Amino acid sequence: MSALLQVRHLSHHYGRRVGCEDVSFDLHAGELLCIVGESGSGKSTLLNTVAAQLAPTAGSVRYRQRDGAWLEIATLNEADRRRLAREEWGFVTQNPRDGLRLNVSAGANVAERLMALGVRHYSQLREIARGWLERVEIDPARIDDAPTGFSGGMQQRLQIARTLVTQPRLVFMDEPTAGLDVSVQARILDLLRRLVNELGLAAVMVTHDLAVARLLAARTMVMQGGRVVETGLTDQILDDPQHPYTQLLVSSVLTT
Amino acid sequence: MNYNFAFLDEDTKRMLRRALLKAVAIPGYQVPFGSREMPLPYGWGTGGIQVTAALLGPDDVLKVIDQGADDTTNAVNIRRFFARVAGVATTEHTADATLIQTRHRIPETSLRENQILVFQVPEPEPLRTLEPREAETRSLHALADYGLMHVKLYEDIAQYGHIATSYDYPVLVDGRYLTSPSPIPKFDNPKLDQSPALMLFGAGREKRLYAIPPYTRVESLAFEDHPFEIQRWEQQCELCGAGESYLDEVIVDDHGKRMFVCSDTDFCGQRRAEASA
Amino acid sequence: MTAALMLELRDLSKSFELHHQHGARLNVLRGLDLRLHAGECVVLSGASGAGKSTLLRVIYANYHPTFGAVHVRHDDRWIDLARATPHEVLDVRRRTLGYVSQFLRVIPRVPTLDIVAEPLLQSGVDAAAARVRAGDMLQRLNVPERLWQLPPGTFSGGEQQRVNIARGLIVPRPILLLDEPTASLDAGNRAVVAQLLQEARDAGSAVLGIFHDEDMRDRVATRLFPMQALEAA
Repeated sequence: MSALLQVRHLSHHYGRRVGCEDVSFDLHAGELLCIVGESGSGKSTLLNTVAAQLAPTAGSVRYRQRDGAWLEIATLNEADRRRLAREEWGFVTQNPRDGLRLNVSAGANVAERLMALGVRHYSQLREIARGWLERVEIDPARIDDAPTGFSGGMQQRLQIARTLVTQPRLVFMDEPTAGLDVSVQARILDLLRRLVNELGLAAVMVTHDLAVARLLAARTMVMQGGRVVETGLTDQILDDPQHPYTQLLVSSVLTT
Repeated sequence: MNYNFAFLDEDTKRMLRRALLKAVAIPGYQVPFGSREMPLPYGWGTGGIQVTAALLGPDDVLKVIDQGADDTTNAVNIRRFFARVAGVATTEHTADATLIQTRHRIPETSLRENQILVFQVPEPEPLRTLEPREAETRSLHALADYGLMHVKLYEDIAQYGHIATSYDYPVLVDGRYLTSPSPIPKFDNPKLDQSPALMLFGAGREKRLYAIPPYTRVESLAFEDHPFEIQRWEQQCELCGAGESYLDEVIVDDHGKRMFVCSDTDFCGQRRAEASA
Repeated sequence: MTAALMLELRDLSKSFELHHQHGARLNVLRGLDLRLHAGECVVLSGASGAGKSTLLRVIYANYHPTFGAVHVRHDDRWIDLARATPHEVLDVRRRTLGYVSQFLRVIPRVPTLDIVAEPLLQSGVDAAAARVRAGDMLQRLNVPERLWQLPPGTFSGGEQQRVNIARGLIVPRPILLLDEPTASLDAGNRAVVAQLLQEARDAGSAVLGIFHDEDMRDRVATRLFPMQALEAA
């Protein structure tokens, strides 16, 4: 197993305000890394900067392509960046409404990335879309329904299908289960865990929920004030937190 | 009252011509231009009129059609406007015209080299209904990232069982730019491909010009298993008997009696004249 | 011929610093040495609070040692888990070091059979074969087949513990750490676990465990490792 993504001294500043500062980590193929921290700790800024949705103020992100060659993300032009985002990466937003096209059917939402890759066979697109709806536990009979009529949990599952249909190697997820009922959350976590295993995906997931990190991620990074204050195996961080802030986070979790 | 020749001042015409040259140089690319206030409202063909004004010379012969007809209000008014402000000759015969301004049709009579067809365009951006952000659609064009357009065609098939888009059917010009052919029926799309005549498009409200130069490849988008098809009628034109032209369905009395006639009045009239001769 | 050394702890200390309890410091382990060989079963003994569970967790790299080394034989080379990278630790856990705790911690909604099969899948066994082996394991531990397709969240304590053991022992690993895995099992099931451990040792695994039940301890232990609580510093 070798690294798929190398992040080095990455910073993003909003003017004079720090979004994230001097973050470094490696992500290996098939690995899920969680970024935890409270609101405003810079988790989402870091995620967006790594995913090339924000330009880094300093530092670098390198990605190893299927052919083994390393890409320096900052040096890519917009066309190559989009190709990468379309063909090898995926991004799941917290609010599925931001990641879906609400005015087109569920099937078209799933098939869009395939069409962007040049698939021009309607029946084939339908078949793949149906298969993915089934995989994310949406009744394939709803393939022609608009996602506006779906529940929040269904919309999120649809967004996951839409993102994974092109079998990306690396997926970024920003609080994919926040804002959902607890029971719906569990279902999506289970689904994500299963898909990540089945597809051998590498993923970086932002969450403020330590329980999510424990269930899904082998490794976790804890952020505070834009910096990573602790990083390591998830169970280490949750069971034997070293940094005062991590101890506070862990001790603040309601136990049932 | 005196007007400058063809209404617009010479500087504006020069600006338009520069934009048109750029449009011809990059087939299908939308060129921004400084659209002027015209003495008629947006939506009445202000884009087409400005293009026509920039192109007209004293020797030109102008034809104006609206939905194929020379005798509808919009067509008559624009033709009279230019007869008055430019003093040019006008015609209703496609073959006699050097410049044809059109709304929603391409004449049935084949165009030839040295003719120019000017389209009035309400919405130049074919991706607009799917992507409301102008900055984003510009990026999509720059990157030739057109998967989105197929989303619309996919939706058509999913809803209607076939591609139901019947006008303003998106085309790919010269294998590069996704382009709106303006709201012509898709029946006319094949006439865009390898046309000997120059085709220019003007959107006054949206302030965009674009062009399909003569003999340019124009391809209508489709799926492999749902290829592009044009409309067909079981009927023939009840006036001239044409079986291959674009037909309008007209209600002729208060009892709902209807008939099918050619939408291209000049084409229909010529056929009838030939038949009675 | 002596059995291969599998695990060696050297001068191991662990204390907890509680930043939000006025910087209180809890010393749990100090200067501990331990050697574990293939085929033996060392049972940690000592009163509650002697640091037995903490020791297992330090070895499993669940806790950071404050001082000292945790040397583990991994693919015939030695890795100090106290200094290993997270990826190395994960690899050691995946292939060399197993850990069975008292409690089952799983994602809600996942069927029991899949929970047990998961470690096999991660070590590269195909899904169908993994399920068959998971079923065999559950069968041996007397988990009724009607429960296999249900998530274990609502099972009794003993049933959950057996699912946990099945999951923990399904992939043969050279070193096994067991933290009271039999606490809520009846005599019959304890015997099954003892048998499973015997089989693991016969296959060359080294076992380090905590068993409060004396009967169980006597049955599985090849030697005891006594531990004592440190005074609070």
